[in-house]
Amino acid sequence: MFDVPGWPAHLAGQHVDVRLTAEDGYSTQRSYSVASAPDGDRVELTIQRVADGEVSPYLMDVMEPGDRVELRGPIGGWFVWRPEQAEPVLLVGGGSGIVPLMSMVRTRGAVGGHAPFRLLYSVREPDDRLYAPELLRGEPGLDTEYLYTRAAPPEHPRPVGRLTAEDLVRGGWPADRRPMCYVCGPTGFVENAATLLTALGHDPDRIRTERFGPSGG
Amino acid sequence: MDTDRTSAQGTYEEYETAYEDGNTLGGPLSEIFAVDLTAAVGRCAGCGATGPLARLRVYDRAPGLVARCPDCSRVVLRLVRGPDTAWLDLQGAASLAIPLGGRG
Repeated sequence: MFDVPGWPAHLAGQHVDVRLTAEDGYSTQRSYSVASAPDGDRVELTIQRVADGEVSPYLMDVMEPGDRVELRGPIGGWFVWRPEQAEPVLLVGGGSGIVPLMSMVRTRGAVGGHAPFRLLYSVREPDDRLYAPELLRGEPGLDTEYLYTRAAPPEHPRPVGRLTAEDLVRGGWPADRRPMCYVCGPTGFVENAATLLTALGHDPDRIRTERFGPSGG
Repeated sequence: MDTDRTSAQGTYEEYETAYEDGNTLGGPLSEIFAVDLTAAVGRCAGCGATGPLARLRVYDRAPGLVARCPDCSRVVLRLVRGPDTAWLDLQGAASLAIPLGGRG
């Protein structure tokens, strides 16, 4: 959670660049999606620790409340959901790809939006779920479904495995409803989801993607 | 596909997935432009495909950022940031349609 004086209200789905500069002048930066809905100067980031990363270990282990970092944003005007959008929305998140989608869910909740949302959230196993209590509580007009790829809780109806066309048919929207589809996750996950959605007849212009690259951390 | 890049299969696959997408250009380009360019629709000078800059494939292991067309993998945009100067090469972009007026 960061307090950013003068923060302009962000759009759901936008990200920030966090820059760290060492005493010797060496500096490095990473992009993190905003997880929160717009809320004054407060900005919540969800950061996944990358063991040999340069930035995330610092943010998680070294930084203390009250410390300052250099933060640039909000950034991005394409992978965003605006509350005035009325069409149905399909959110497809893989791993920590849930973060910008959560900002969309929370923004919709904060403004009392009526656009129907469906969320397909792929994780390896139950322990990997982010925001589990909040998503369990749910909201009217939001359907959430978990897709486990390695281990599922007992009695989970879906067999474990990666995202399939059937998942998108069952948990998504028919293409003729013209939903907006937001897909975020690791590159392979996003490629697969976007290919499947296109094959199901979704307009490529209505499939918005955000990938995590190799330089995370 | 950019088959001339590598010879070994493993390395080729690594290269093929070693990209981020054009959303990542948003921050660096915001240093130069007042409006968000990731939603700008560009036309690839190589194959003529159109799409938002957010859909380009961005390789950041070069000195700077190299953004390639997702359809033909031609270089559309290169951005190198020096201490006092940013170098922006748009040779591979035939045109850019930039949305104005909206937020973001």
